[in-house]
Amino acid sequence: MLRLNSVFGGLGLGLMGFYLGMAVAALLRWAFGYPEVWERDLNVSVGYCFGLIGWLMGVGMWGRWGREWFGLKTYPSPTKGWARYFTFNTDHKVIGIQYGVTFLIVFLLAGSLAMLIRAELAVNELQFFSKAQYNSLMSMHGILMVAVAVASVIGALGNYVVPLMIGAEDMAFPRLNALTFWLVPPTAVMLLATPFVGGLETGWTAYPPLSVVTQTGQTFFNLAIITFGLTSILGALNFIVTIIYMRAPGLTWGRLPVFVWAMFVTSWLALLYTQGFAVALLMVTLDRVGGMSFFDAANGGDPLLYQHVFWFYSHPAVYIMVIPGFGIALEVIAHFSRKPFYAYRYAVGAFMGILGLSGIVWAHHMFTSGMPNYLHGPFLMMTEAISIPTGLIFLCALGTIWMGRLWLTTPMLFAIAVIFNFACGGVTGIFLADVPTDIHLHDTYFVVAHFHYTIVGGEIFGLFAGLYYWFPKMTGRMYNERLAKLHFWWMFIGFNITFFVMHWPGIQGMNRRIADYPEAYQPVNLAVSLSAFLLGASFLVFFYNMINSWIRGPIAEANPWHARTLEWQTSSPPPLENFSSPPRVTGNPYDYGLPKPPHATFPQVAPAPAGGGGGGGGGGG
Amino acid sequence: MAVHAPAEHAAHHNPLVLNRVGLWLFFFSESVIFGLLLSSRFFLEGIHQDHVDQVLGLVITIVLLLSSVTAFTAETAMEKGNSKLCSQMLLLTILLGIIFAGGVAYEWKTAHFTREEVFGTVFFTMTGIHASHVVSGIVFLAMAWNIARKGRFTSKSHWGISGTVMYWHFVDVVWVFFYPALYLVDS
Repeated sequence: MLRLNSVFGGLGLGLMGFYLGMAVAALLRWAFGYPEVWERDLNVSVGYCFGLIGWLMGVGMWGRWGREWFGLKTYPSPTKGWARYFTFNTDHKVIGIQYGVTFLIVFLLAGSLAMLIRAELAVNELQFFSKAQYNSLMSMHGILMVAVAVASVIGALGNYVVPLMIGAEDMAFPRLNALTFWLVPPTAVMLLATPFVGGLETGWTAYPPLSVVTQTGQTFFNLAIITFGLTSILGALNFIVTIIYMRAPGLTWGRLPVFVWAMFVTSWLALLYTQGFAVALLMVTLDRVGGMSFFDAANGGDPLLYQHVFWFYSHPAVYIMVIPGFGIALEVIAHFSRKPFYAYRYAVGAFMGILGLSGIVWAHHMFTSGMPNYLHGPFLMMTEAISIPTGLIFLCALGTIWMGRLWLTTPMLFAIAVIFNFACGGVTGIFLADVPTDIHLHDTYFVVAHFHYTIVGGEIFGLFAGLYYWFPKMTGRMYNERLAKLHFWWMFIGFNITFFVMHWPGIQGMNRRIADYPEAYQPVNLAVSLSAFLLGASFLVFFYNMINSWIRGPIAEANPWHARTLEWQTSSPPPLENFSSPPRVTGNPYDYGLPKPPHATFPQVAPAPAGGGGGGGGGGG
Repeated sequence: MAVHAPAEHAAHHNPLVLNRVGLWLFFFSESVIFGLLLSSRFFLEGIHQDHVDQVLGLVITIVLLLSSVTAFTAETAMEKGNSKLCSQMLLLTILLGIIFAGGVAYEWKTAHFTREEVFGTVFFTMTGIHASHVVSGIVFLAMAWNIARKGRFTSKSHWGISGTVMYWHFVDVVWVFFYPALYLVDS
């Protein structure tokens, strides 16, 4: 019997489903007496839903899960060999690596698009692209980077490390976990297909009325993002249940590593708010495909509704992006300062504070949108209030560094850079939260510089801190420290020049998302473009180092950083069941230099953790 | 921070608890979708309402509420090991669900407003999203019934039925909020 359990099976069934769905839609239209059986956006939407199911079943979900729904026996996942990365695999370590590699590729792609944008903007007037092509370029860079920011830390590092850190064998719902990853490739395919069906003109925010009247590319975008929202929600659900129920004995809430706390809070945010984006885009789709009037002012609809629903998700989304970054920064700083975590409870409380406040600040994106004026004051106050928990996180980081014996490895450098960059992003945020200054700065490059400082500076630097920190654990090999430090300083300097200078044209009033600009802005834009190329080139060092070290790097020890947390107390990479005997947690994770018991012990016959290469993980670049 | 009781290790843990909590989280998450649609209805239209069929609305609401009772009976019957009653009650639930979905379809066909009007937009979207959940619920019930019919569930192990019935109750609760917002409020 043909067992469908690889990407090829998925592609086959997915394509069949896609055409079948389009045919079903046409047939239904014919049966109900519509004059035209073919309406591109509608038929493609139905085809996509069928194709998505076909893809999932073909990639292995049928054999691992679907058969159970009909009372049949299921097959286990393969546990060895590189082929397990290309099938519906339920091991959280495999899924973490799948996410990591996928999103690094997307990051590279979206970064290249940024280079093209800066090439176009280096001098005024149009050089390389038409205005429509520039719009597509800018929208694609935006949405792909948003996807990277939302899912890379959570998907790659969260999946790999959280079950290890809490001493579990796997996530609570391993099959659901695999499902969330395999929803990502259809998302990517749909987004990358948009240039062939008219491109994206609206930016990643997809505001109506333009998004309702524009080309079919917008429908592709809507379907892709609704799918991606499902990934986020189901992944978040899985993390919450895992962290509540799968902790090792003795691992109380007060002993939980701070990165796990960050993932817990992030998951609540993703679980409760992601629907905003999905519902907003569903309304756009219904307006486009179903002939409805949510945003059609002529029929009594209101485009402002979209902005409310959209920002209801998309402001919490920045915390979905940045809290994992904070979590990694705090975690790494604690281990490399070699002293107990400063004000652990306040750090956790600060995460909770952000969780509470993030849902009631969204309209600060809409001060110039024409919403009622009486809403300006409350949203200003709420937005300013969120700097209090954020400030607490800064104080915890600084207090942990204070008087510590710093070990300035690459992860530590990146973690300190998170604190530095986000301070800059936070200070510029005040001008955007205050109504009078925001009315001037809204929709200018000041906003672009601000959110790059927070998201790239806060999260992507955190992502790199985490990637370097856990690289030995995930691959079983050590990266090249010299190249990694070179990458850090190169990226840090390039990033800070690019985006610090970018504030200036913003204050002068240069609008974002425009392909051309007046000649007066030219010198400063040339400077930004040149430093952006400098920044872009730094990632070549990163990719070279990662690929080369994964293949040829020296074998890593089980615990190269001499850290106390659980994930380092097993081999690198960990065996299939994570720990050879179940851990028992007996102390705090951050008690460095104190006469306290170890974080965890392994009762029964626990052999000393073997160095490198052991177990069921590893390999397969 | 209060020090909580240590969590059980994964291997010792009851998967049923995990499933149940996971499903509850999914309901939280889904309620945000329904909540946003409900808010959109009041944002766009206030409490204005076009003509809807009040009798039909009341009847399908009662049918849906009754179907929750039969679903509950199916679950408790399985807990007591009465597999036959469980299958019958599942079938009855499916039947009531189909009547509800048919009622919604009839309402759509005979509506006095079009989807281009804003009331039509919110009415068709809200009932449509809800009906799609009803239909998926019917599919899940049918799958559970299919397995129950083969006698694969026992009084100890019947998560397939419990989960489906929880989902069905959730869909029912959503309608408890949608029905007044669409049928009963009026200026």
